[in-house]
Order: sequence, then C-alpha cells, then structure tokens
Amino acid sequence: MTSTSNYADRILIAVIGDEDSITGLLLAGIGHINSHQKKNFLVVDSKTQTSTIEAAFNEFTERKDIAILLINQHIAERIRLTVEKYQDAFPTVLEIPSKDHPYDPSKDSILKRVQRMYGD
Amino acid sequence: MSGAGAREAVFPTRMNLNIMQGRLKAATTGHSLLSRKRDALTTRFRGILRKVDEAKRKMGRVMQLASFSLAEVTYAAGGDIAYLVQEQAKTATFKVKAKQENVSGVMLPAFDAVREGSTDFNLTGLGRGGQQIQKAREVYAKALETLVELASLQTAFTILDEVIRTTNRRVNAIEHVIMPKLDNTIKYILSELDEMDREEFFRLKKVQGKKKRDAEAAELVKQQLAAERADIPEEDTETEEEHALDLLAEKDADVIF
Repeated sequence: MTSTSNYADRILIAVIGDEDSITGLLLAGIGHINSHQKKNFLVVDSKTQTSTIEAAFNEFTERKDIAILLINQHIAERIRLTVEKYQDAFPTVLEIPSKDHPYDPSKDSILKRVQRMYGD
Repeated sequence: MSGAGAREAVFPTRMNLNIMQGRLKAATTGHSLLSRKRDALTTRFRGILRKVDEAKRKMGRVMQLASFSLAEVTYAAGGDIAYLVQEQAKTATFKVKAKQENVSGVMLPAFDAVREGSTDFNLTGLGRGGQQIQKAREVYAKALETLVELASLQTAFTILDEVIRTTNRRVNAIEHVIMPKLDNTIKYILSELDEMDREEFFRLKKVQGKKKRDAEAAELVKQQLAAERADIPEEDTETEEEHALDLLAEKDADVIF
C-alpha cells in the first residue's frame, strides 16, 4: 500500500524544465530555496547531462516537502526509464509541455497506463 | 474426490469439519464484500480515467497560452528575465495543500492550490514590461491551478490503480485458491468420516459374529456334556448334526444384513 502519511507536510511544487517553463512557473511563485540552500527547480538546457537530470529527479522525488513534481515532457523523455520506474503516489510526477515541444499524450507515462487500461 | 486438489493439512475429525465449514462461510462473505468494494472502486476509477484524459488535453492548451504570455514578456522587457527570476526566487508563494477523501475505505488525496499575497518579484520589470510580467504571472498561476488539479487526479489514479490491483488479487485468491481448498478439505473430511463409519460398523459386525460363534461353541460343548451324561451313544452324531442345522437356520433379530 502507498503510505499517505505526512502528506500534509507536502506543500511545494518542484520543476525540472527548460528555461522558459521555469521562468514562467517561478513568476507564478513556486520557487523555493530551503534552509540548506536547495532549490526546488532545475533548469535544463541542451548542455545539461542526463545524469544531472536523473539526480535531480531522484532528489525531488525523495524530498518530503514536495507534493508535485513538474517535468517537461521532452526532458522526461531523456530519463524515461527512471520516470516509468517511479510509481509512488507522492510526490506526483506530472509531465508538462514546453514551448518548443508540444504535448504528446502518447508519450506520457500515466496516459500510457490509461491507454493500457482501456485496452484490456 | 478427496484425493484431488490441494487441501488443508488437518485430521479428519468432526471438530475440524466444523472449523472448515466456518472458514468457508467466512471466505464466501469476504469474497462478496471484496468484490463489491472492487466494483465501487472500479466505477470511481473509470470516472477518474476520463477526467485525467480530459485534464491532460486541457493542460496542453493552457500551457501553450502561458508560454505565449511569457514570450510577450520577453519582448516587452527587452531581454531575458530568466536569470533575474531564478535568482530572486526565495520562498514559495504558490503552494499546495493536501486533503483527503474517502472512497470505500481508500484515502484519496486531493491538492488545493494556495496563493499568498506577496511575491519575490515586485521589482522585476521595474524598468520595462511590468504590465506584461504581471499578466504572465496571472496566466501562469491559472495554468498552475490546472496542473495542481491534474496532479491530484493523477495521484488518485495511481493510488486507486494500486488498490484495485490488490483487491482484485485478493478476490481472485479467495475465489480460486482458498475456497476450492476449503471445499476439498470439507469433502475429504466427510469422505474420511464416512469411511470411518463403515469401518466401525464392519468391526462391530465382526465382534458380534465372533461372540455368536463363541456362544455356539459353548452351547455345543454343553450339549455334548449333557448327551454324555444321558449316556445314549447311538444317536449322538445325529443330534449333533441336527443342532448344527438348527443354529444355522435360526435368525437373530438384532443382526441386520
């Protein structure tokens, strides 16, 4: 069973995304730097290593104060295996479209499962 | 038959038969309860599936709008504000609050978006493009609300999926493993008890037969003694045969064949 304890402590939204998505979401006010100087967002560009993204993904999913993790779909595509492997309810991983990459429902991990469920 | 299929390792006694029958009854009740729970959850799950699908598509549109407003900002502010914004972010003003909803004993979380008044970006765009930045902020906040809604749907989806799977597994286990096993055990105990009954009956018959034979032998000896005492040697063999015939012919009322 998924543990739903300490769900009340989860108040933050984390983002892994390209510069534009991050800028917009930070403008909306989700940016947070905690007492350990840890940011809750990661800017990814073409030079960012896949291992860095993966590390950030793992860090955000393990943090106890994050409720939702937003990740650009084209970035999620780069660490697709890690994203697929992640099945927990908290924090929720949400794939969002970016400016340069329109949303493709067929690539979304969750929608894939939705499709599979409609299939059988 | 009792030999076929798995069964519990118990001795075939009446007490165990009672226990097994009780367990079978409990399993049947549990099965019907669980399958009702599964049905309720599945109904809920279908609804959420549809909503997730819808929300995901809506999100695509909303995010597009948001990106567009950000492009406006870049144009109006005359240069990149990304660096500025990233450096100024200190404390989150847009947070979420989780609450729970109970669906047939399953806790489904739902997120609520919470916005606090002040922001870190009061000075952003002071020079140029302040209006556009304000607008972009609003648009992005709206988009975020959609995202938060979608996230709670998705969380509910994940949890329900897992719970339905567990429930299904349990229903199937009861239906295809536990109930047949108990059925088999009950059949086995019943057949063993029947067998024991027959054995017991046969044993009693044997005992009775032996007693009767002993009694006949004793009778014979007594008669022989009596005959010797009467001292009539000629008819001795005849009477003996007669007696033997008589004994075979006569029927016992308490012997049931």
